[in-house]
Amino acid sequence: MANFHTDALANSGNGTAHAKQEGAKSANTRGVAKIKAESVNVFYGENQAIKNVSVDIDERQVTAFIGPSGCGKSTFLRCINRMNDVIESCRIEGRILIDDNDIYAKGVDPVILRSHIGMVFQKPNPFPKSIYENVAYGPKIHGRTRNKSELDSVVEQSLRRAGLWDEVKDRLAQPGTGLSGGQQQRLCIARAIAVDPEVILMDEPCSALDPIATARVEELIDELRQNFTIVIVTHSMQQAARVSQKTAFFHLGHLVEEGPTDRIFTNPEDKRTQDYITGRFG
Amino acid sequence: MTVLTLTGLILVIALLGYAMGVARSRSALQAGSVLHSRPQYSGAFVAFLFALPAVCLMLAWVAIDEGIIRSLTIASLPSDVTEGIDRRQAGALIREVFQVISGRTFGEPEPYMRDAAAYYVEAQGWSRTLMYVSCLALGALCAGWGFSRIAPEFRARNKVEAIVSGLLVLASCIAILTTVGIIGALVFESWAFFTLVPVNEFLFGLNWEPQIPIREDQIAGAGAFGAVPVFWGTIFIALISMMVALPIGLFSAIYLAEFASPRVRTIVKPVLEILAGIPTIVYGFFAVLTVAPALRRYGEMVGLDVAANSALAAGGVMGIMIIPFISSLSDDAITAVPRSLRDASLAMGATRAETVSRVLLPAALPGIVGGVLLAVSRAIGETMIVVMAAGLIARLTLNPFEGVTTVTVQIVTLLIGDSSFDNPKTLAAFGLGLVLFISTLGLNVFALNIVKKYRERYD
Ligand SMILES: Nc1ncnc2c1ncn2[C@@H]1O[C@H](COP(=O)(O)OP(=O)(O)OP(=O)(O)O)[C@@H](O)[C@H]1O
Ligand SMILES: [Mg+2]
Repeated sequence: MANFHTDALANSGNGTAHAKQEGAKSANTRGVAKIKAESVNVFYGENQAIKNVSVDIDERQVTAFIGPSGCGKSTFLRCINRMNDVIESCRIEGRILIDDNDIYAKGVDPVILRSHIGMVFQKPNPFPKSIYENVAYGPKIHGRTRNKSELDSVVEQSLRRAGLWDEVKDRLAQPGTGLSGGQQQRLCIARAIAVDPEVILMDEPCSALDPIATARVEELIDELRQNFTIVIVTHSMQQAARVSQKTAFFHLGHLVEEGPTDRIFTNPEDKRTQDYITGRFG
Repeated sequence: MTVLTLTGLILVIALLGYAMGVARSRSALQAGSVLHSRPQYSGAFVAFLFALPAVCLMLAWVAIDEGIIRSLTIASLPSDVTEGIDRRQAGALIREVFQVISGRTFGEPEPYMRDAAAYYVEAQGWSRTLMYVSCLALGALCAGWGFSRIAPEFRARNKVEAIVSGLLVLASCIAILTTVGIIGALVFESWAFFTLVPVNEFLFGLNWEPQIPIREDQIAGAGAFGAVPVFWGTIFIALISMMVALPIGLFSAIYLAEFASPRVRTIVKPVLEILAGIPTIVYGFFAVLTVAPALRRYGEMVGLDVAANSALAAGGVMGIMIIPFISSLSDDAITAVPRSLRDASLAMGATRAETVSRVLLPAALPGIVGGVLLAVSRAIGETMIVVMAAGLIARLTLNPFEGVTTVTVQIVTLLIGDSSFDNPKTLAAFGLGLVLFISTLGLNVFALNIVKKYRERYD
């Protein structure tokens, strides 16, 4: 499947073999692990933000990261598309495998990696360009389309999948920043899926939205699950319960507990998880 | 000197008034009621009431007393001397009186001149004394009235605040009025010029030879005031300088904002800004002594005829001077683009370069344009480099290796030397100045508007 190495062929045979093996093993559990983190440590200068986290993220499922503020959810999420590389002081140890390719291995180009992983941010951040240009941004820089009509159809499809098409089809040339907050966030989702990524990372995508817009985005996430592997960070227990199949609870940089969402919320093993989801701290 | 001592005296008394006001307000408090304003405000109220009228009267006095004393002195002269004299002659008489007073006369002055000198000195003494007395009296009167009003319920704070805001308004008015005065003088003198040389000849004429005969019988050109070559020279040099400054400034801004490590940035940014602090005359030396000869030599090597004074040398060096304006304003504009847009682009799998060219530059464009326009108006107003490196001859040419001249340079040369303010040569400077003023003002307003609009978008 995906291969982010600049030397494209070097690892591929190896990778597929692993994937097959992995698939066979986990067939009787829930899904196939798309992303595997193995003892990841993240440091900001001296300060350790992620402590020895290992987690599997299943393919075509929604995985929710929950935990109190400052526990490292965003930091861990940003490890998956190597956005932490942009931060000067940040240092990462351990391995993160996507389809059994180590994304931190030598020769992996973070730019190519990111083109396979979409990201949606806490605050809607459309470019100060037209709605059309916002969605066309990714396909254009990656040369995914050959001509204008192909690009047009990619833009339309992405907007349709993001549930925004009907609202904006008559004003594609208007600035994306002129939309409402909820529409902007869906525009950002459309932008992210326009390059047809394998994984979508969402960092509190609904925290700036009202309940109606939130409900729309949640519906959307549920639909997107058909095609994409989704990781979502959220502060809302209800949201995690509604949209996710798997939940991971972070606390002070540790991954305390992870498992099927219904189990985590009904029958948590760890005292801290229980305290958090019942609102006793956080 | 006496005005200075009076000012000091007024200040001291005002301080005294402050202390008295505070004391009175305090004692009113002890009488048992609630104060509206803190005692300091009552004190300040009294101090202002003393100082403001006194200082105003003093300034008014100083402004008019000299004129009155002079006309009184003239009037005291015997009537056969003052019979039918005009302003200029009266001025000469007064200067004579001054010479007698300071004792620098040739030979024995006329007795009536002595009398006039004595009269002048005495009148001045009286005037000063009167000024002292009346200023202090007026101040005391006002302060006394204010003092009597101090009471617990007296709204001293509101009054003092009103006075202070009045003073602030006055300060800004002075700045604005000065500007208006400058514009007025410029328009007035230009008007005089345009009565001698028709506006359309000035604005559209192609020949600029402002030399006119100083004496009647002198053989010289009649003077031609077609300013197009001068305007062209200005635009041409500004264009050349922008061609140097725009790419270098913009690219260094992009480098500093997006690619440089924080360490490099903390070193390079101040160094670039030092460029802005170098006096333009030093750039002028650089242009004349280094750039122009080098251009000449290279020109010879490739068989080009480069003049000693060339538009290219002046424009190029001016461009270097302007780099920091563009780089620093563009850098601000680029770094002001929110972090979230950068992240969005990078997370889409864009490279840094793609992020710069497709997201950051378009988003920062208004700020960059604003910076560039400010730089252009700076280039248009620049004089020293052009005087030294581009020459004085107004040529309508497209060849950057020839010398051209600019508006500011022509203004300087027109005003240098002995010339009265009633011939077109001198007045032409004001015509040029007016055009320069209007165009740079327009540019600045335009640029500031763009910069403002851009600010609003991200706040
Ligand atoms: N750019 C950075 N530089 C230094 N330290 C950072 C940086 N970003 C995050 N941290 C630190 O890393 C820790 C984890 O931060 P992170 O943003 O991942 O928390 P979070 O779980 O996403 O919190 P929230 O729910 O409030 O978003 C915090 O202690 C924070 O101070
Ligand atoms: Mg976060």
